Amino acid sequence: MKLMQLQRTMARAVMQPLTSSERMQRRAPDGGPMKRYASRFIKPNDRLTSFERLEIYNRQYWFRVLSALSEDFPGLRAVLGERRFDAMAKAYLIANPSRSFTLRNLSARMESWLRKNPKWAGANQNLAMDIVRLEWADIEAFDGKAEPALRPEDLASAAGPRLKLTIQPYVRLLSFRYPVDDLLLEVRKEDEDTDFASNTFTEHRKRKRVRAVAKLKPGQIFLAVHRIDYSVYFRRLDQEEFFILTALRQGKTLGAAVESAFRKSAVPPEERPLKVQTWFQTWAALGWFCRPEKKRAAS
Amino acid sequence: MSANRFNGFTDYGIGIGLRAPHYNHILTRKPVVDWFEIISENFMIDGGRPLHILDQILEQYKVVQHGVSMYFGSAEKLNREHLRRLKDLVQRTKTPWLSDHLCWGSVDGRYTHDLLPMPYTFEAARITAQKVREVQDFLEIPIAVENVSSYAEYHDSEMTEWEFLNEVVERADCGILLDVNNIYVSSQNHSFNPFDYVNSVPAQRVAQIHIAGHSKYRKYILDTHDHPVIDPVWKLYERAIQRVGHTATLLEWDDSIPTFQEVHDEALKANKFLRATALAEAV
Repeated sequence: MKLMQLQRTMARAVMQPLTSSERMQRRAPDGGPMKRYASRFIKPNDRLTSFERLEIYNRQYWFRVLSALSEDFPGLRAVLGERRFDAMAKAYLIANPSRSFTLRNLSARMESWLRKNPKWAGANQNLAMDIVRLEWADIEAFDGKAEPALRPEDLASAAGPRLKLTIQPYVRLLSFRYPVDDLLLEVRKEDEDTDFASNTFTEHRKRKRVRAVAKLKPGQIFLAVHRIDYSVYFRRLDQEEFFILTALRQGKTLGAAVESAFRKSAVPPEERPLKVQTWFQTWAALGWFCRPEKKRAAS
Repeated sequence: MSANRFNGFTDYGIGIGLRAPHYNHILTRKPVVDWFEIISENFMIDGGRPLHILDQILEQYKVVQHGVSMYFGSAEKLNREHLRRLKDLVQRTKTPWLSDHLCWGSVDGRYTHDLLPMPYTFEAARITAQKVREVQDFLEIPIAVENVSSYAEYHDSEMTEWEFLNEVVERADCGILLDVNNIYVSSQNHSFNPFDYVNSVPAQRVAQIHIAGHSKYRKYILDTHDHPVIDPVWKLYERAIQRVGHTATLLEWDDSIPTFQEVHDEALKANKFLRATALAEAV
Protein backbone atom coordinates (compact mmCIF):
# COMPACT_ATOMS: atom_id res chain seq x y z
CA MET A 1 0.00 0.00 0.00
CA LYS A 2 1.34 3.47 -0.84
CA LEU A 3 2.05 5.69 2.16
CA MET A 4 -0.78 8.13 1.40
CA GLN A 5 -3.27 5.31 0.90
CA LEU A 6 -2.25 3.61 4.13
CA GLN A 7 -2.54 6.85 6.08
CA ARG A 8 -5.97 7.59 4.63
CA THR A 9 -7.12 4.06 5.46
CA MET A 10 -5.89 4.28 9.02
CA ALA A 11 -7.10 7.84 9.63
CA ARG A 12 -10.62 6.94 8.49
CA ALA A 13 -10.73 4.18 11.10
CA VAL A 14 -9.06 6.21 13.84
CA MET A 15 -11.46 9.13 13.36
CA GLN A 16 -14.59 6.99 13.09
CA PRO A 17 -16.80 7.56 16.18
CA LEU A 18 -16.73 5.09 19.04
CA THR A 19 -19.75 3.05 20.11
CA SER A 20 -21.84 4.16 23.09
CA SER A 21 -19.67 1.93 25.29
CA GLU A 22 -16.58 3.74 24.00
CA ARG A 23 -15.28 0.85 21.90
CA MET A 24 -14.33 0.73 18.23
CA GLN A 25 -17.26 0.12 15.91
CA ARG A 26 -17.61 -3.33 14.39
CA ARG A 27 -18.54 -1.74 11.05
CA ALA A 28 -15.61 -0.22 9.13
CA PRO A 29 -15.71 3.09 7.23
CA ASP A 30 -16.05 1.12 3.95
CA GLY A 31 -19.18 -0.63 5.25
CA GLY A 32 -17.50 -4.02 5.74
CA PRO A 33 -16.49 -5.63 9.01
CA MET A 34 -13.86 -3.64 10.93
CA LYS A 35 -12.01 -6.88 11.75
CA ARG A 36 -11.32 -7.39 8.05
CA TYR A 37 -10.56 -3.70 7.48
CA ALA A 38 -7.96 -3.62 10.30
CA SER A 39 -6.34 -6.91 9.32
CA ARG A 40 -5.69 -5.55 5.81
CA PHE A 41 -2.96 -3.22 7.10
CA ILE A 42 -2.27 -3.94 10.79
CA LYS A 43 -0.44 -7.00 12.03
CA PRO A 44 -1.82 -8.90 15.00
CA ASN A 45 0.57 -10.08 17.73
CA ASP A 46 0.45 -12.84 20.33
CA ARG A 47 -1.76 -10.71 22.65
CA LEU A 48 -3.80 -8.40 20.45
CA THR A 49 -5.71 -8.79 17.20
CA SER A 50 -5.39 -6.22 14.40
CA PHE A 51 -8.78 -4.87 15.50
CA GLU A 52 -7.62 -4.43 19.10
CA ARG A 53 -4.42 -2.68 18.09
CA LEU A 54 -6.25 -0.26 15.86
CA GLU A 55 -8.83 0.29 18.58
CA ILE A 56 -6.15 1.72 20.91
CA TYR A 57 -5.61 4.58 18.46
CA ASN A 58 -9.34 5.00 17.74
CA ARG A 59 -10.11 5.41 21.45
CA GLN A 60 -7.14 7.69 22.10
CA TYR A 61 -8.24 9.99 19.29
CA TRP A 62 -11.78 10.38 20.60
CA PHE A 63 -10.77 10.71 24.24
CA ARG A 64 -8.30 13.45 23.28
CA VAL A 65 -10.57 15.58 21.10
CA LEU A 66 -13.64 15.20 23.32
CA SER A 67 -11.62 16.18 26.35
CA ALA A 68 -10.26 19.25 24.51
CA LEU A 69 -13.80 20.39 23.64
CA SER A 70 -14.97 19.78 27.17
CA GLU A 71 -12.15 21.95 28.52
CA ASP A 72 -13.03 24.74 26.10
CA PHE A 73 -16.75 24.80 26.93
CA PRO A 74 -17.52 24.17 30.63
CA GLY A 75 -20.34 26.72 30.35
CA LEU A 76 -21.97 25.06 27.35
CA ARG A 77 -21.63 21.76 29.16
CA ALA A 78 -23.57 23.24 32.09
CA VAL A 79 -26.24 24.66 29.77
CA LEU A 80 -26.77 21.48 27.76
CA GLY A 81 -26.18 18.93 30.49
CA GLU A 82 -23.42 16.33 30.29
CA ARG A 83 -25.15 13.76 28.09
CA ARG A 84 -26.44 16.25 25.56
CA PHE A 85 -23.07 18.03 25.50
CA ASP A 86 -21.23 14.77 24.78
CA ALA A 87 -23.59 13.95 21.91
CA MET A 88 -23.25 17.47 20.53
CA ALA A 89 -19.44 17.36 20.83
CA LYS A 90 -19.30 14.09 18.94
CA ALA A 91 -21.51 15.47 16.15
CA TYR A 92 -19.39 18.65 15.98
CA LEU A 93 -16.16 16.67 15.69
CA ILE A 94 -17.54 14.41 12.98
CA ALA A 95 -18.50 17.50 10.96
CA ASN A 96 -15.42 19.52 11.95
CA PRO A 97 -12.34 17.35 12.38
CA SER A 98 -9.31 19.37 13.42
CA ARG A 99 -7.70 21.22 10.53
CA SER A 100 -5.07 22.93 12.60
CA PHE A 101 -1.73 21.78 13.98
CA THR A 102 -2.92 22.86 17.43
CA LEU A 103 -5.88 21.73 19.50
CA ARG A 104 -6.25 25.36 20.52
CA ASN A 105 -8.22 25.91 17.31
CA LEU A 106 -10.44 22.85 17.61
CA SER A 107 -13.45 24.86 18.81
CA ALA A 108 -13.11 27.71 16.33
CA ARG A 109 -16.11 26.64 14.25
CA MET A 110 -18.44 25.79 17.14
CA GLU A 111 -20.50 28.96 16.92
CA SER A 112 -21.09 28.79 13.16
CA TRP A 113 -21.73 25.04 13.29
CA LEU A 114 -24.27 25.35 16.11
CA ARG A 115 -25.99 28.16 14.23
CA LYS A 116 -26.41 25.87 11.21
CA ASN A 117 -27.32 22.89 13.38
CA PRO A 118 -29.59 24.32 16.09
CA LYS A 119 -30.96 20.91 17.07
CA TRP A 120 -27.72 20.38 19.03
CA ALA A 121 -28.10 23.64 20.95
CA GLY A 122 -30.67 22.23 23.36
CA ALA A 123 -33.97 23.64 24.52
CA ASN A 124 -32.70 27.19 25.01
CA GLN A 125 -30.81 27.93 21.81
CA ASN A 126 -30.27 31.62 22.53
CA LEU A 127 -28.59 30.80 25.81
CA ALA A 128 -26.45 28.07 24.23
CA MET A 129 -25.32 30.40 21.45
CA ASP A 130 -24.52 33.15 23.94
CA ILE A 131 -22.37 30.93 26.13
CA VAL A 132 -20.51 29.48 23.11
CA ARG A 133 -19.68 32.98 21.90
CA LEU A 134 -18.46 34.00 25.33
CA GLU A 135 -16.30 30.91 25.82
CA TRP A 136 -14.67 31.28 22.41
CA ALA A 137 -14.08 35.00 23.06
CA ASP A 138 -12.40 33.99 26.31
CA ILE A 139 -9.99 31.71 24.43
CA GLU A 140 -9.20 34.44 21.91
CA ALA A 141 -8.70 37.10 24.57
CA PHE A 142 -6.35 34.81 26.51
CA ASP A 143 -3.72 34.47 23.80
CA GLY A 144 -4.66 37.18 21.32
CA LYS A 145 -2.15 39.68 20.05
CA ALA A 146 -1.39 42.84 22.05
CA GLU A 147 -0.02 45.92 20.31
CA PRO A 148 1.86 48.63 22.24
CA ALA A 149 -0.74 50.66 24.14
CA LEU A 150 -1.61 54.24 23.28
CA ARG A 151 0.11 56.89 25.44
CA PRO A 152 -1.25 60.39 26.17
CA GLU A 153 1.53 61.94 24.10
CA ASP A 154 0.46 59.92 21.06
CA LEU A 155 -2.76 61.94 21.01
CA ALA A 156 -1.20 65.36 21.44
CA SER A 157 -1.25 66.27 17.77
CA ALA A 158 -4.11 64.05 16.65
CA ALA A 159 -6.96 64.60 19.11
CA GLY A 160 -10.29 65.72 17.68
CA PRO A 161 -13.44 64.30 16.11
CA ARG A 162 -11.56 62.99 13.05
CA LEU A 163 -9.28 60.85 15.22
CA LYS A 164 -9.29 57.15 14.47
CA LEU A 165 -8.40 54.79 17.29
CA THR A 166 -7.51 51.11 16.97
CA ILE A 167 -8.66 48.70 19.65
CA GLN A 168 -6.32 45.98 20.89
CA PRO A 169 -6.78 42.74 18.91
CA TYR A 170 -7.24 40.72 22.10
CA VAL A 171 -10.26 42.79 23.25
CA ARG A 172 -13.50 41.09 22.18
CA LEU A 173 -16.74 43.10 22.13
CA LEU A 174 -19.96 41.16 22.39
CA SER A 175 -23.64 41.63 23.08
CA PHE A 176 -25.67 38.84 24.65
CA ARG A 177 -29.31 38.05 25.27
CA TYR A 178 -28.49 36.48 28.63
CA PRO A 179 -26.10 37.51 31.44
CA VAL A 180 -23.81 34.62 30.56
CA ASP A 181 -20.79 36.21 32.18
CA ASP A 182 -22.30 35.54 35.62
CA LEU A 183 -23.20 32.00 34.66
CA LEU A 184 -19.74 31.18 33.36
CA LEU A 185 -18.05 32.61 36.44
CA GLU A 186 -20.32 30.53 38.63
CA VAL A 187 -19.57 27.36 36.68
CA ARG A 188 -15.84 28.00 36.89
CA LYS A 189 -15.97 28.70 40.59
CA GLU A 190 -17.70 25.39 41.17
CA ASP A 191 -15.08 23.61 39.05
CA GLU A 192 -12.32 25.12 41.17
CA ASP A 193 -14.08 24.31 44.43
CA THR A 194 -14.58 20.69 43.45
CA ASP A 195 -11.19 19.84 42.03
CA PHE A 196 -10.75 17.19 44.69
CA ALA A 197 -14.44 16.42 45.10
CA SER A 198 -16.02 13.12 45.97
CA ASN A 199 -18.76 11.61 43.80
CA THR A 200 -21.39 12.95 46.19
CA PHE A 201 -19.94 16.39 45.79
CA THR A 202 -19.92 16.05 42.01
CA GLU A 203 -23.61 15.14 42.04
CA HIS A 204 -24.28 18.16 44.23
CA ARG A 205 -22.36 20.34 41.79
CA LYS A 206 -24.38 19.01 38.85
CA ARG A 207 -27.64 19.84 40.62
CA LYS A 208 -26.34 23.31 41.47
CA ARG A 209 -25.43 23.89 37.86
CA VAL A 210 -28.83 22.78 36.62
CA ARG A 211 -30.42 25.26 39.06
CA ALA A 212 -28.04 28.05 38.00
CA VAL A 213 -28.93 27.54 34.34
CA ALA A 214 -32.65 27.22 35.04
CA LYS A 215 -32.83 30.41 37.06
CA LEU A 216 -30.95 32.46 34.47
CA LYS A 217 -33.40 34.99 33.06
CA PRO A 218 -32.96 36.72 29.70
CA GLY A 219 -31.50 40.19 29.90
CA GLN A 220 -29.41 41.95 27.30
CA ILE A 221 -25.83 42.70 28.31
CA PHE A 222 -22.87 44.23 26.51
CA LEU A 223 -19.47 42.87 27.37
CA ALA A 224 -15.79 43.42 26.72
CA VAL A 225 -13.70 40.29 27.15
CA HIS A 226 -10.22 41.61 27.79
CA ARG A 227 -7.16 40.98 29.90
CA ILE A 228 -5.26 42.66 32.69
CA ASP A 229 -1.81 41.38 33.61
CA TYR A 230 -2.35 38.43 31.29
CA SER A 231 -5.55 37.25 33.01
CA VAL A 232 -8.88 37.39 31.16
CA TYR A 233 -11.69 39.48 32.61
CA PHE A 234 -15.26 40.26 31.61
CA ARG A 235 -16.29 43.92 31.80
CA ARG A 236 -19.92 44.93 31.45
CA LEU A 237 -20.41 47.93 29.15
CA ASP A 238 -23.21 50.45 28.79
CA GLN A 239 -25.05 50.16 25.50
CA GLU A 240 -23.63 53.43 24.15
CA GLU A 241 -20.16 52.50 25.35
CA PHE A 242 -20.42 49.24 23.44
CA PHE A 243 -21.63 51.05 20.31
CA ILE A 244 -18.70 53.51 20.40
CA LEU A 245 -16.13 50.75 20.79
CA THR A 246 -17.73 48.66 18.06
CA ALA A 247 -17.79 51.63 15.69
CA LEU A 248 -14.13 52.40 16.44
CA ARG A 249 -13.23 48.79 15.74
CA GLN A 250 -15.05 49.12 12.41
CA GLY A 251 -12.73 52.02 11.53
CA LYS A 252 -15.05 54.95 12.15
CA THR A 253 -13.66 58.26 13.37
CA LEU A 254 -14.10 59.15 17.00
CA GLY A 255 -16.68 61.80 16.11
CA ALA A 256 -18.73 59.44 13.96
CA ALA A 257 -18.56 56.68 16.58
CA VAL A 258 -19.84 58.92 19.36
CA GLU A 259 -22.54 60.41 17.17
CA SER A 260 -23.88 57.05 16.04
CA ALA A 261 -23.73 55.61 19.56
CA PHE A 262 -26.05 58.24 20.98
CA ARG A 263 -28.42 58.47 18.01
CA LYS A 264 -31.24 56.56 19.74
CA SER A 265 -29.91 56.90 23.26
CA ALA A 266 -31.99 57.67 26.31
CA VAL A 267 -29.03 59.37 27.97
CA PRO A 268 -29.85 63.10 28.27
CA PRO A 269 -27.62 65.19 25.96
CA GLU A 270 -26.16 67.20 28.84
CA GLU A 271 -24.84 64.02 30.51
CA ARG A 272 -23.19 62.61 27.41
CA PRO A 273 -19.87 64.53 27.39
CA LEU A 274 -19.04 63.46 30.92
CA LYS A 275 -19.99 59.85 30.22
CA VAL A 276 -17.83 59.73 27.10
CA GLN A 277 -14.93 61.31 28.94
CA THR A 278 -15.16 58.78 31.78
CA TRP A 279 -15.38 55.85 29.38
CA PHE A 280 -12.33 57.02 27.45
CA GLN A 281 -10.35 57.41 30.64
CA THR A 282 -11.24 53.85 31.64
CA TRP A 283 -10.47 52.34 28.23
CA ALA A 284 -7.15 54.15 28.07
CA ALA A 285 -6.26 53.06 31.61
CA LEU A 286 -7.04 49.46 30.63
CA GLY A 287 -4.71 49.81 27.62
CA TRP A 288 -7.45 49.01 25.10
CA PHE A 289 -6.20 51.41 22.43
CA CYS A 290 -3.19 50.62 20.26
CA ARG A 291 -0.46 53.14 19.61
CA PRO A 292 -0.67 54.37 15.99
CA GLU A 293 1.74 52.50 13.75
CA LYS A 294 3.75 55.64 12.87
CA LYS A 295 4.31 56.39 16.56
CA ARG A 296 5.31 52.79 17.17
CA ALA A 297 7.92 52.95 14.42
CA ALA A 298 9.24 56.26 15.74
CA SER A 299 9.60 54.98 19.30
CA MET B 1 30.46 12.93 21.72
CA SER B 2 27.60 14.80 23.42
CA ALA B 3 28.18 18.22 21.89
CA ASN B 4 27.67 17.61 18.21
CA ARG B 5 26.32 19.36 15.13
CA PHE B 6 22.85 17.97 15.81
CA ASN B 7 22.48 19.80 19.11
CA GLY B 8 24.28 22.96 18.07
CA PHE B 9 27.53 21.82 19.79
CA THR B 10 25.96 22.32 23.22
CA ASP B 11 26.40 20.29 26.40
CA TYR B 12 23.13 20.82 28.22
CA GLY B 13 22.99 18.35 31.11
CA ILE B 14 19.67 17.33 32.67
CA GLY B 15 16.44 19.18 31.99
CA ILE B 16 12.73 18.78 32.56
CA GLY B 17 9.65 19.65 30.54
CA LEU B 18 8.25 23.11 31.29
CA ARG B 19 4.67 22.53 32.45
CA ALA B 20 1.98 24.97 33.62
CA PRO B 21 1.58 23.59 37.19
CA HIS B 22 5.24 24.47 37.83
CA TYR B 23 5.26 28.02 36.42
CA ASN B 24 4.72 29.72 39.75
CA HIS B 25 7.38 27.66 41.53
CA ILE B 26 9.95 28.30 38.80
CA LEU B 27 9.31 32.03 38.55
CA THR B 28 9.18 32.69 42.27
CA ARG B 29 11.75 30.20 43.63
CA LYS B 30 14.09 30.24 40.63
CA PRO B 31 15.37 26.68 41.13
CA VAL B 32 18.65 25.66 39.54
CA VAL B 33 17.78 23.62 36.45
CA ASP B 34 20.14 22.93 33.57
CA TRP B 35 17.47 23.55 30.94
CA PHE B 36 13.78 23.33 30.10
CA GLU B 37 12.11 21.72 27.13
CA ILE B 38 8.97 23.43 25.88
CA ILE B 39 6.22 22.03 23.69
CA SER B 40 6.49 24.39 20.73
CA GLU B 41 2.79 24.30 19.86
CA ASN B 42 1.85 25.71 23.29
CA PHE B 43 3.69 28.90 22.45
CA MET B 44 2.94 29.30 18.73
CA ILE B 45 0.32 31.91 19.52
CA ASP B 46 -0.06 35.65 19.06
CA GLY B 47 0.32 36.87 22.66
CA GLY B 48 -0.94 36.60 26.21
CA ARG B 49 0.20 34.80 29.32
CA PRO B 50 1.98 31.78 27.72
CA LEU B 51 4.42 34.02 25.83
CA HIS B 52 4.82 36.29 28.85
CA ILE B 53 5.78 33.28 30.99
CA LEU B 54 8.10 32.00 28.29
CA ASP B 55 9.90 35.34 28.06
CA GLN B 56 10.50 35.30 31.81
CA ILE B 57 11.82 31.73 31.64
CA LEU B 58 14.10 32.68 28.74
CA GLU B 59 15.65 35.44 30.84
CA GLN B 60 16.98 32.89 33.29
CA TYR B 61 17.09 29.46 31.71
CA LYS B 62 18.17 27.62 28.61
CA VAL B 63 15.19 26.41 26.59
CA VAL B 64 14.93 23.78 23.86
CA GLN B 65 11.89 23.38 21.64
CA HIS B 66 10.13 20.07 21.18
CA GLY B 67 7.19 19.74 18.80
CA VAL B 68 4.27 17.34 18.64
CA SER B 69 2.58 18.05 15.31
CA MET B 70 5.09 18.58 12.52
CA TYR B 71 4.33 15.03 11.37
CA PHE B 72 7.46 14.49 9.30
CA GLY B 73 6.02 11.13 8.27
CA SER B 74 2.69 12.36 6.91
CA ALA B 75 2.44 11.85 3.15
CA GLU B 76 0.90 15.29 2.67
CA LYS B 77 2.86 18.51 2.28
CA LEU B 78 4.16 20.49 5.25
CA ASN B 79 1.80 23.06 6.75
CA ARG B 80 3.30 26.47 5.84
CA GLU B 81 1.40 28.31 8.59
CA HIS B 82 2.83 25.87 11.12
CA LEU B 83 6.34 26.44 9.80
CA ARG B 84 6.00 30.22 9.82
CA ARG B 85 4.81 30.28 13.41
CA LEU B 86 7.48 27.80 14.41
CA LYS B 87 10.18 29.98 12.90
CA ASP B 88 8.90 32.98 14.87
CA LEU B 89 9.19 30.94 18.05
CA VAL B 90 12.65 29.65 17.15
CA GLN B 91 13.79 33.25 16.79
CA ARG B 92 12.29 34.06 20.18
CA THR B 93 13.77 31.09 22.10
CA LYS B 94 17.04 30.78 20.16
CA THR B 95 16.76 27.04 20.68
CA PRO B 96 20.04 25.42 19.62
CA TRP B 97 18.19 22.48 18.11
CA LEU B 98 14.59 21.49 17.59
CA SER B 99 12.98 18.09 17.89
CA ASP B 100 9.75 16.49 16.74
CA HIS B 101 8.54 12.95 16.25
CA LEU B 102 9.23 10.32 13.65
CA CYS B 103 5.57 9.66 13.03
CA TRP B 104 2.54 10.85 11.11
CA GLY B 105 -0.73 12.30 12.37
CA SER B 106 -2.48 14.24 9.63
CA VAL B 107 -3.88 13.37 6.24
CA ASP B 108 -5.76 15.51 3.70
CA GLY B 109 -5.45 18.47 6.08
CA ARG B 110 -7.18 16.69 8.96
CA TYR B 111 -5.26 16.30 12.21
CA THR B 112 -5.55 13.40 14.66
CA HIS B 113 -3.30 15.11 17.24
CA ASP B 114 -1.74 11.72 17.86
CA LEU B 115 1.71 10.30 17.16
CA LEU B 116 0.77 7.55 14.73
CA PRO B 117 3.35 4.90 13.86
CA MET B 118 5.11 4.82 10.51
CA PRO B 119 5.15 1.87 8.15
CA TYR B 120 8.85 1.00 8.00
CA THR B 121 9.17 1.17 4.23
CA PHE B 122 11.73 2.75 1.92
CA GLU B 123 9.03 4.94 0.38
CA ALA B 124 8.10 6.28 3.84
CA ALA B 125 11.76 6.83 4.73
CA ARG B 126 12.31 8.82 1.53
CA ILE B 127 9.23 11.02 2.03
CA THR B 128 9.97 11.58 5.71
CA ALA B 129 13.62 12.44 5.15
CA GLN B 130 12.67 14.92 2.42
CA LYS B 131 10.34 16.71 4.82
CA VAL B 132 12.92 16.78 7.60
CA ARG B 133 15.33 18.42 5.17
CA GLU B 134 12.71 20.99 4.15
CA VAL B 135 12.05 21.90 7.78
CA GLN B 136 15.75 22.06 8.55
CA ASP B 137 16.37 24.34 5.58
CA PHE B 138 13.45 26.60 6.47
CA LEU B 139 14.22 26.91 10.18
CA GLU B 140 18.01 27.02 9.73
CA ILE B 141 18.68 25.04 12.91
CA PRO B 142 19.50 21.36 13.49
CA ILE B 143 16.53 18.99 13.67
CA ALA B 144 16.39 15.86 15.80
CA VAL B 145 13.71 13.23 15.19
CA GLU B 146 12.30 11.27 18.09
CA ASN B 147 11.31 7.61 18.03
CA VAL B 148 7.71 7.19 19.25
CA SER B 149 5.96 4.57 21.35
CA SER B 150 3.70 2.42 19.22
CA TYR B 151 0.87 -0.03 19.70
CA ALA B 152 0.51 -1.30 16.15
CA GLU B 153 2.71 -2.59 13.33
CA TYR B 154 1.94 -2.72 9.63
CA HIS B 155 2.07 -5.60 7.17
CA ASP B 156 3.81 -3.23 4.75
CA SER B 157 6.93 -2.74 6.88
CA GLU B 158 10.13 -3.77 5.13
CA MET B 159 12.58 -3.30 8.02
CA THR B 160 12.78 -2.95 11.81
CA GLU B 161 11.96 0.32 13.50
CA TRP B 162 15.60 1.06 14.26
CA GLU B 163 16.61 0.32 10.68
CA PHE B 164 13.91 2.76 9.58
CA LEU B 165 15.15 5.41 12.00
CA ASN B 166 18.68 4.99 10.65
CA GLU B 167 17.44 5.14 7.07
CA VAL B 168 15.59 8.41 7.73
CA VAL B 169 18.35 10.19 9.65
CA GLU B 170 21.01 9.22 7.12
CA ARG B 171 18.90 10.41 4.20
CA ALA B 172 17.91 13.63 6.00
CA ASP B 173 21.31 14.12 7.63
CA CYS B 174 19.57 15.03 10.88
CA GLY B 175 19.92 14.25 14.55
CA ILE B 176 18.10 11.81 16.83
CA LEU B 177 16.17 12.46 20.00
CA LEU B 178 16.49 9.01 21.48
CA ASP B 179 13.54 8.26 23.77
CA VAL B 180 14.57 5.21 25.78
CA ASN B 181 11.15 4.93 27.42
CA ASN B 182 9.52 4.78 23.99
CA ILE B 183 11.97 2.07 22.97
CA TYR B 184 11.03 0.11 26.08
CA VAL B 185 7.27 0.57 25.53
CA SER B 186 7.47 -0.49 21.88
CA SER B 187 9.75 -3.43 22.72
CA GLN B 188 7.11 -4.75 25.12
CA ASN B 189 4.27 -4.13 22.70
CA HIS B 190 6.06 -5.70 19.74
CA SER B 191 8.29 -8.27 21.46
CA PHE B 192 11.77 -7.18 20.46
CA ASN B 193 14.94 -6.74 22.49
CA PRO B 194 15.21 -3.03 23.35
CA PHE B 195 18.99 -3.29 23.60
CA ASP B 196 19.13 -4.29 19.92
CA TYR B 197 17.50 -0.92 19.22
CA VAL B 198 19.81 1.12 21.46
CA ASN B 199 22.88 -0.70 20.15
CA SER B 200 22.03 0.02 16.54
CA VAL B 201 21.45 3.77 16.79
CA PRO B 202 24.18 5.88 15.14
CA ALA B 203 25.67 7.35 18.33
CA GLN B 204 27.18 10.35 16.61
CA ARG B 205 23.72 11.57 15.61
CA VAL B 206 22.11 11.54 19.06
CA ALA B 207 21.36 15.13 20.02
CA GLN B 208 19.27 14.44 23.10
CA ILE B 209 17.73 11.67 25.19
CA HIS B 210 14.22 11.44 26.66
CA ILE B 211 13.30 9.46 29.75
CA ALA B 212 9.76 9.03 31.11
CA GLY B 213 7.31 6.77 32.88
CA HIS B 214 4.45 4.78 31.37
CA SER B 215 1.37 2.73 32.28
CA LYS B 216 1.19 -1.04 32.06
CA TYR B 217 -2.05 -2.71 31.03
CA ARG B 218 -2.79 -6.40 30.81
CA LYS B 219 -1.94 -6.79 27.12
CA TYR B 220 0.07 -3.70 26.27
CA ILE B 221 1.91 -0.67 27.65
CA LEU B 222 0.80 2.92 27.06
CA ASP B 223 3.22 5.83 26.94
CA THR B 224 1.44 8.04 29.45
CA HIS B 225 4.26 10.11 31.01
CA ASP B 226 2.54 9.94 34.38
CA HIS B 227 4.88 7.80 36.48
CA PRO B 228 8.51 7.74 37.57
CA VAL B 229 11.04 6.06 35.29
CA ILE B 230 11.20 2.30 35.88
CA ASP B 231 14.42 0.34 36.31
CA PRO B 232 14.42 -1.39 32.90
CA VAL B 233 14.21 2.07 31.28
CA TRP B 234 17.11 3.32 33.41
CA LYS B 235 19.10 0.30 32.21
CA LEU B 236 18.40 1.28 28.62
CA TYR B 237 19.40 4.83 29.47
CA GLU B 238 22.65 3.57 30.99
CA ARG B 239 23.41 1.63 27.82
CA ALA B 240 22.53 4.62 25.65
CA ILE B 241 24.84 6.88 27.65
CA GLN B 242 27.65 4.32 27.40
CA ARG B 243 27.28 4.50 23.64
CA VAL B 244 26.66 8.21 23.06
CA GLY B 245 28.43 9.83 26.01
CA HIS B 246 27.26 12.67 28.25
CA THR B 247 24.15 13.80 26.35
CA ALA B 248 21.42 16.35 27.05
CA THR B 249 18.78 14.36 28.93
CA LEU B 250 15.20 15.31 29.61
CA LEU B 251 12.48 13.81 31.82
CA GLU B 252 8.93 14.07 30.44
CA TRP B 253 6.09 14.14 32.96
CA ASP B 254 2.81 15.27 31.38
CA ASP B 255 -0.04 13.83 33.40
CA SER B 256 -0.75 13.52 37.14
CA ILE B 257 2.13 15.98 37.44
CA PRO B 258 3.69 15.98 40.93
CA THR B 259 5.53 18.90 42.52
CA PHE B 260 8.38 20.56 40.72
CA GLN B 261 10.84 19.09 43.22
CA GLU B 262 9.61 15.54 42.68
CA VAL B 263 9.90 15.85 38.92
CA HIS B 264 13.32 17.44 39.11
CA ASP B 265 14.59 14.85 41.61
CA GLU B 266 13.42 12.08 39.31
CA ALA B 267 15.27 13.67 36.39
CA LEU B 268 18.45 14.12 38.42
CA LYS B 269 18.66 10.36 38.94
CA ALA B 270 20.17 10.38 35.46
CA ASN B 271 23.28 11.92 37.01
CA LYS B 272 24.31 8.54 38.39
CA PHE B 273 24.70 7.17 34.88
CA LEU B 274 26.16 10.32 33.39
CA ARG B 275 28.85 10.46 36.09
CA ALA B 276 29.70 6.78 35.74
CA THR B 277 30.17 7.20 32.01
CA ALA B 278 32.23 10.34 32.47
CA LEU B 279 34.44 8.47 34.93
CA ALA B 280 34.84 5.53 32.58
CA GLU B 281 35.82 7.88 29.77
CA ALA B 282 38.37 9.60 32.01
CA VAL B 283 40.26 6.42 32.98
